[in-house]
Amino acid sequence: MAKLRQCAIYGKGGIGKSTTTQNLVAALAEAGKKVMIVGCDPKADSTRLILHAKMQNTVMQLAADAGSVEDLELEDVLQIGFGGVKCAESGGPEPGVGCAGRGVITAINFLEEEGAYDEELDFVFYDVLGDVVCGGFAMPIRENKAQEIYIVCSGEMMAMYAANNIAKGIVKYANSGSVRLAGLICNSRKTDREDELIMALAAKLGTQMIHFVPRDNVVQHAEIRRMTVIEYDPKANQADEYRALARKIVENKKFVIPQPLEMEQLEELLMEFGIMEVEDEKIVGKTAAELAA
Amino acid sequence: MTELTRESAQALIEEVLEVYPEKAKKDRAKHLMVNDKEITQSKKCITSNRKSLPGVMTQRGCAYAGSKGVVWGPIKDIIDISHGPVGCGAYSRGGRRNYFAGTSGVDSFCDINFTSDFQEKDIVFGGDKKLAKLIDELEMLFPLSKGISVQSECPVGLIGDDIEAVAKKKAAEIGKTIVPVRCEGFRGVSQSLGHHIANDAVRDWIISNRDDQPFESTPYDVAILGDYNIGGDAWASRILLEEMGLRVVAQWSGDGTLTEMENTPKVKLNLLHCYRSMNYIARHMEEKYSIPWLEYNFFGPSKIVESLREIASHFDEKIQEGAERVIAKYKPAMDAVIAKYKPRLQGKKVMLYVGGLRPRHTVGAYEDLGMEVIGAGYEFAHNDDYDRTIKEMKDATLIYDDVTGYEFEEFVRQLKPDLIGSGIKEKYAFHKMGVPFRQLHSWDYSGPYHGFDGFAVFARDMDMTVNNPVWSMFKAPWNEADKTEGDALKAA
Repeated sequence: MAKLRQCAIYGKGGIGKSTTTQNLVAALAEAGKKVMIVGCDPKADSTRLILHAKMQNTVMQLAADAGSVEDLELEDVLQIGFGGVKCAESGGPEPGVGCAGRGVITAINFLEEEGAYDEELDFVFYDVLGDVVCGGFAMPIRENKAQEIYIVCSGEMMAMYAANNIAKGIVKYANSGSVRLAGLICNSRKTDREDELIMALAAKLGTQMIHFVPRDNVVQHAEIRRMTVIEYDPKANQADEYRALARKIVENKKFVIPQPLEMEQLEELLMEFGIMEVEDEKIVGKTAAELAA
Repeated sequence: MTELTRESAQALIEEVLEVYPEKAKKDRAKHLMVNDKEITQSKKCITSNRKSLPGVMTQRGCAYAGSKGVVWGPIKDIIDISHGPVGCGAYSRGGRRNYFAGTSGVDSFCDINFTSDFQEKDIVFGGDKKLAKLIDELEMLFPLSKGISVQSECPVGLIGDDIEAVAKKKAAEIGKTIVPVRCEGFRGVSQSLGHHIANDAVRDWIISNRDDQPFESTPYDVAILGDYNIGGDAWASRILLEEMGLRVVAQWSGDGTLTEMENTPKVKLNLLHCYRSMNYIARHMEEKYSIPWLEYNFFGPSKIVESLREIASHFDEKIQEGAERVIAKYKPAMDAVIAKYKPRLQGKKVMLYVGGLRPRHTVGAYEDLGMEVIGAGYEFAHNDDYDRTIKEMKDATLIYDDVTGYEFEEFVRQLKPDLIGSGIKEKYAFHKMGVPFRQLHSWDYSGPYHGFDGFAVFARDMDMTVNNPVWSMFKAPWNEADKTEGDALKAA
């Protein structure tokens, strides 16, 4: 048996992390890999396409119902979906109350202690909330957890800012552990020269654009049915794209400590590709009246 | 140790600081001073209320300790919820010996630990629902409570629970005062901020509750602020005020009640004992209700007499005569106490390290017994406390702020006082050094020490500590070791 590979998927909120992760995992499962998904987001939408469910019962919700996390059994929280994929969701509070970060920590500790990471598994994927807002959401990349980080991004400015910030977070943990940046996954938004831009960004970060996932409505058609494209329409072109991504990840050997860009470098890159206007220092802080004068 | 001069005291400070790394030395030097009565503003020579250095042994507490432990805890007819995990409430329970008259668990709740006992799920999903449920349960189990305070522990602030909303909602439901107090332990540098936060909560949720209600006033209404009735202190103080003809409307907060606190804005004069922990609310009542406030000192007959006369000077002749009558009444008893103990304590040297009031307030009591305070320091005083301390202490005495374990031990080693007055955390270290020690937070489970009655207890306790024959019966082994080591060094 090959060594278990633990991967975490990060990226700006709404970029398509959960959809990409589940399609990727479905492709891996189709290729015979044993995979587990751990959703690390209070929204708990990281496994619905695999389970055809609205929302899986989460570790934290079950723990709250039972009294404490010690009262839970592994089979209470682990569900099996398409292709034998194991699914767990950390869960957490509704927006505005409590501490979602602590929920992620508690849930992952529980899965580890209960032996969810058994020897049969080839891959674990952590699907993490958009921003690493506190220590809890960095849990998947701490010591002995995910070693490979994939950042989902697109050619939009904010997605690239977010990718660069995540790279900064990785550097912090890379220096004290074995976590490495494994590549950028471009989830296309059909912006101009998107692939070139992301490749340029990847090169500057010292990593690779591991795959360019084109935009295709079949993804939405599958989502409406709470399915991955791999399951819904295995013959679709888009299914082949996810298979290609899966293959590249299986074969991936390029794990690096990233070199995050300074804000100015990033802005230069954006200007080079025409995403950002060249800044005119003379107009900063001037009111309309002052500029007219 | 020969008499300290300004130069030798300064040299001692510098010698003690010598072991610190440069940065720590620079910082700690600002917290140590040699007293000079000429100085009017302490800020020129001592820094206070700053973050303690990592790596040193500080004795400070946290904001929760200042709010729940000091200010709120002694109010007897309201329930204080330690909101958060169980430890803060469990390990602070019953530590301060605030006496109260009442039936515990029926109409008085000082000695019970009420906690929401946070579990992992309460952190993740928030504790507001649990708090609401806890309040319902308290209301069912303890229907005679007059109100509830919610004392926030650290996690409540970290996860951003909305305890104010819960307090408002439940207060309307049960028809009682519920006060949310944001005294998370990580706030501020010591328990001092907790006092302030607690005072602010009283201001916002209690003080104006009875503004429009009728109250039968007399011209002689006063309130005692900042007496926590440790070992019965407030009772020994209150009788003196009452005997001189004043009416004590409220006692804050030792043996105090919610109603008393709500009635306090009706008094003519606020009498403030612990300035550090309650000056905030006294100042607020001065601003909002134009009630003057007066600091007084009920430790030792000299200061008590001085204070009684000063209090009386704010009232008419009837009260002034009353004060003289009280002073005369207790004089023979006080003379007898001094006649008995002064010969046994004359010339004994004392070093003090307490919280925010006693290092200056007990100086007079020691002096009444012929003792001399040669060093005094505070855990959490501010510079207005040091302004007051400079006046009380003799010239060329040591004043130390947030003193570290090491500094205090070194000062004691060199100055060899006959008595140390400090807390439980210091006590056994100094016992092992063979130095007589009294706890000046808890009165070593004795008391009261306030008032004339308290002074008799104080004098007896100091005598039985200083003159305890046990101190002559052992010689600390390291004294021998020191000597040999010293000789060896000299030889080398």
